[in-house]
Amino acid sequence: MALHNLTLTQISKGLEAGDFTSVEITQHFLNRIKQFDQGENGINSFITVMEESALADAKVADERRAAGNATAWTGVPFAHKDIFCTDGTLTTCGSKMLSNFVPPYDATVVENMKREGAVCLGKTNMDEFAMGSSNESSYFGAVKNPWNFDTIPGGSSGGSAAAVAARLVPAATGTDTGGSIRQPSALCGLTGLKPTYGRCSRWGMIAYASSLDQAGPMARTAEDAAMMLNVMASFDTKDSTSIEQDVPDYTATLNDDIAGKVIGLPKEFFPESLNGDMKQAMMNAIAEFEKLGCTVKEISLPSTDLAIPAYYVVAPAECSANLSRMDGVRFGYRCEDAKDVEDLYKRSRGEGFGDEVKRRIMIGTYALSTGFYDAYYVKAQQIRRLIKNDFVKAFNEVDFIMGPVTPSPAFKAGEKSGDPVEMYMEDKFTLSCNLAGLPGMSIPAGLVNGLPVGLQIMGDYWSEAAMLNAAHKFQQATDFHHAAPQGIE
Amino acid sequence: MALERSDVTNIADLARLAIAEDNIGQYQEELSSILALVEQMNAVNTDGVQPLAHPTDAVQRLRADVVTEENHREKYMANAPAQENGLFLVPKVVE
Repeated sequence: MALHNLTLTQISKGLEAGDFTSVEITQHFLNRIKQFDQGENGINSFITVMEESALADAKVADERRAAGNATAWTGVPFAHKDIFCTDGTLTTCGSKMLSNFVPPYDATVVENMKREGAVCLGKTNMDEFAMGSSNESSYFGAVKNPWNFDTIPGGSSGGSAAAVAARLVPAATGTDTGGSIRQPSALCGLTGLKPTYGRCSRWGMIAYASSLDQAGPMARTAEDAAMMLNVMASFDTKDSTSIEQDVPDYTATLNDDIAGKVIGLPKEFFPESLNGDMKQAMMNAIAEFEKLGCTVKEISLPSTDLAIPAYYVVAPAECSANLSRMDGVRFGYRCEDAKDVEDLYKRSRGEGFGDEVKRRIMIGTYALSTGFYDAYYVKAQQIRRLIKNDFVKAFNEVDFIMGPVTPSPAFKAGEKSGDPVEMYMEDKFTLSCNLAGLPGMSIPAGLVNGLPVGLQIMGDYWSEAAMLNAAHKFQQATDFHHAAPQGIE
Repeated sequence: MALERSDVTNIADLARLAIAEDNIGQYQEELSSILALVEQMNAVNTDGVQPLAHPTDAVQRLRADVVTEENHREKYMANAPAQENGLFLVPKVVE
């Protein structure tokens, strides 16, 4: 098998067995990035390729292995979404505002991966400040979906998704504020997991909406996602919302029996308007779980429709506060010839931020302004409580909740970029997980019109191990996750 | 709620965002349509519902009041767009 078709787990085992060295496999993936990602017709999934440091890290990893100190991740290549601060390496968050920003420190997730001796190949493209569902809002250009270059890869972790789908890297980190791991994973045919809020440290992960942001793995299989979450997850005193809870070995329970588990299908996730082929793909996938001994039950999450309006208050409000630090004074883009300090702030921000970011900052500023706080932010936080209560009630009766990740497969580039509200509808099935802080996952569930779609698995708080277990058993019994885009072999 | 042009300029001002005169109309339209979406929240009665600030209702941790940061001044200043003698430079603020 060609090296790039190996899964993360197979690469880890291959390194252990001495089938290849880290330098060899790192060079192999770097060659593929050159071949398929760069230039005018390239996928454009990377903003920065770290060729030099990756090869140096690979050499160190091979030495560490020779010395007998290797872990499962030592010498294994992967990529980071460009939202994670990397000490000494450009970190742009997809924005002109940070197009010259070299962080003076590593994010905790970055540090966790480094400690294991994992080899970071580069920083992946993304929607600007993680605001978007198509990766078209990146200052560094749109990303192509490897399944069909005319379609979008999803967002905001679109670069990570495209890179993994194109086998330019075996796995990548992502972040999910409203669906930014699950939606691109679905549209590119990957297995992606947004953990419980507080599972992975947000330290050094450039903040969009702090009460919703959560990092997680994007890989080809549940087994690989488990291997990755093992290292990404940690309790971190530097993140005030990190939860002090032991990190289990997520790979240890992958093969547990799932017979008897109850799957809830919320009727709100299967509306009349849902595309028939999408619905069929979901039902086919759910039938596989039944074959594994699970039972299915119809449930209701009545507040689901309120997730979009509540999200578009909470996220913009928090982003307007978080992004106020970008003012052209201490780091990042600064406008030319400011006439006074007010002009410096306004033009640095006006020129440094793209359209979608400006829209969300303005919505947030408005929602938080005097006289509107209760009507918008408090109201939205009350609705979050209602959404959470729906889930708490449902998880008294079921083990997992399943439904589609997106309303349809990947859409054409440019199709929705002119209408922000239409773009927001793309996330209608993913937002409620973030608002409730629950873990959510996307696993490949076949093709619709030749493009991948994802089945969403939602679990109770801290049930990542059970979700990965269910997904792994499903993938042992099916081959949806083996499907690969054509033309980039 | 439909915003007026003056609302848009006021919000942009509060957010310290320079926006071009020509774009105000477009922002007015887009922000109004987002607010119309947001106002679907009003359809539900939330009287007496406790706002959710943290999904798992966790509280802020306290730590010992000791110095944990080392001095990285030069490293931190390396990203400054303009500086002099280790200080950030901005246009004159006090006449």
